[in-house]
Amino acid sequence: MGSATPVIETSGLVRRYGDLTAVDHLDLTVCQGEIFGLLGPNGAGKTTTILMLLGLTEPTEGRVRIAGLDPSRQPLEVKRITGYLPDNVGFYDEMTGRDNLRYTAALNGIPRPEAERRIAKALQRVGLPETADRKAGTYSHGMRQRLGLADVLVKEPRIIVLDEPTVGLDPEGARDFLELTRELAREGITVLLSSHLLHQVQEICDRVGIFVSGRMVACGRVHDLAEQILADEQFRLLIEIQAPLPGLATELGRLDGVASVEDADGEEGGGRRLRLACSRDVRAEVGLRVQELGGILLHLEQSGRSLDEIYARYFRGKEMDNVA
Amino acid sequence: MRKQTSPGGLAVITRKEFADHVSGWRMIILMGLVAVTGVASLYVAAQTIRSAVGEAGTIDFVFLRLFTASDGKLPPFISFVSFLGPLVGLALGFDAVSGEHARRTLSRVLAQPIHRDALVNGKFLGGLAAVAAMLSALWLAVGALGLVLIGVPPTADEFVRLAAFLAVTVIYISFWLALSILFSTVFRQAATSALAGIAAWLFFAIFADLLADLAAAALVPAAAGGNPEAIFAQEQIRLWLSRLSPVTLYSEAVSTLLTPSIRALGPVMVEQILGALQGVLPIGQSLLLVWPQVVGLITGTAACFAASYILFMRREIRA
Ligand SMILES: Nc1ncnc2c1ncn2[C@@H]1O[C@H](COP(=O)(O)OP(=O)(O)OP(=O)(O)O)[C@@H](O)[C@H]1O
Ligand SMILES: [Mg+2]
Repeated sequence: MGSATPVIETSGLVRRYGDLTAVDHLDLTVCQGEIFGLLGPNGAGKTTTILMLLGLTEPTEGRVRIAGLDPSRQPLEVKRITGYLPDNVGFYDEMTGRDNLRYTAALNGIPRPEAERRIAKALQRVGLPETADRKAGTYSHGMRQRLGLADVLVKEPRIIVLDEPTVGLDPEGARDFLELTRELAREGITVLLSSHLLHQVQEICDRVGIFVSGRMVACGRVHDLAEQILADEQFRLLIEIQAPLPGLATELGRLDGVASVEDADGEEGGGRRLRLACSRDVRAEVGLRVQELGGILLHLEQSGRSLDEIYARYFRGKEMDNVA
Repeated sequence: MRKQTSPGGLAVITRKEFADHVSGWRMIILMGLVAVTGVASLYVAAQTIRSAVGEAGTIDFVFLRLFTASDGKLPPFISFVSFLGPLVGLALGFDAVSGEHARRTLSRVLAQPIHRDALVNGKFLGGLAAVAAMLSALWLAVGALGLVLIGVPPTADEFVRLAAFLAVTVIYISFWLALSILFSTVFRQAATSALAGIAAWLFFAIFADLLADLAAAALVPAAAGGNPEAIFAQEQIRLWLSRLSPVTLYSEAVSTLLTPSIRALGPVMVEQILGALQGVLPIGQSLLLVWPQVVGLITGTAACFAASYILFMRREIRA
């Protein structure tokens, strides 16, 4: 899909806030027609990266090129071809949805008849045509998000940047939204989206970059990442036993082909649920060994390699910090 | 790609701001307030003028007196304008930038191909246009009312003076508009910005003169002894200090414009009066006399504007 023309390029991009490095030496290339997912937990630096791409904040160091343009030097040219949907987008509540879009069109210098045509098309596309003439203040969150996408489409951008676009949408709404995003990419629009909702990103992104504390720790196609990170763990096994068995984890770890054993419920999980990473199918041996040690196996499940697991690899510790 | 290099962003934002102000409740409330106090003071002034005419036969510049005369209880029209004008400017600008921030529309608007300063400039120009429109309407209405109340049309000279009064008032209010836009850039909360604006307004309208008196007395303590030179020096200092206040600048400018018999601003020596011709100042001379005050107001406006510009250009737009 798409040629290999780089549309978004950063090299050595750094943004510091005092002592905190929000984005740390980021090198990123996104090609034309690609959907790139910026993944990471809260505070990883996703929004900061996006703001730098759009010239809404100055990088401390490093270089950004959007379609060959520097957002700090040529902000207007960059913003003319880039559509940005901020997270939790806002509208002028006392104006109708359509008037909000008209204002955007006017700011883009689109002549009136052309603007009306584009607005009607964009509203149709996001599925808002009936509600467009109501005051934006009466919109639900989902409707706002759709109006936000329509707002982006009105300027007919080459690049679309979506910050947490599906947060707060119901599953069906999120699916529609992402389906539309995919359609846009098929038309040759480059899409960069940030998210922490992995399933969704996994479905539609051509490539993802995983962000932790401002650093991109991995980048590539979901499938390749799985290969890379879970190379020696082609099989992942989750077992549940009736009561904790002392020494079970060590015993299972000794089995041939088992790379690691850990408590699925975290440090203080008590040992009832264990997660095994294995290089071959060891289900039979595991079941046998549990029985030998006098335990009762309640559940045994083999899972594939999903982004969730890749993600969990990186953030397990981090997300717990955030929850607490 | 499309090659539209000239962004019409400024015009678009100015138009939207103007439309928002003109159709909004704020404007209606402010106009109502100014209109009610204005009509009351005009009515009282007309009464005073009638009784004065009854005693003295005719008086000069009767139309202008409508704006400067008072019965001693209700202040004259120009005092109301100098007191309420700041409120108009503050009310139109206090949430200019912080409001966009609070509605989370700022990043969406700034992601459009417009220069960042177009937003601040557009807000200022839109507010200025709204103020000018409102004051012009009020000016016409007050003029018509004056005509009805005293039955004498203004002379050409009076008309020019009133037009200058309108222009200076627009400049005065635009200073307060620029100040409130500055506060709305500095403070993220609209309430904080409004409070800062009101504090500045009360300070300049009420306390600045008192403070100028106190400071002058402290700087030239010898004046208490009755030494004429010291008294003169103290008065000079007081005057220059009080001229730091836009309210003083405006009051001086407007009372000079509307009272042709004012020939000088500030303390005047007896010798200067002795040789001077009696009578009134021609309009050109009055305009020359208030020129420094007008320049002072414009400088203040420009300073506020420059400060908000610098702050806004460097700000990170998150939300
Ligand atoms: N103006 C600022 N001053 C200081 N620190 C800031 C500022 N803005 C952001 N940060 C910090 O930079 C880091 C990255 O923030 P950023 O908003 O980019 O995260 P994010 O990945 O978008 O998170 P989320 O998923 O919560 O939106 C955070 O630790 C945040 O506290
Ligand atoms: Mg974010």
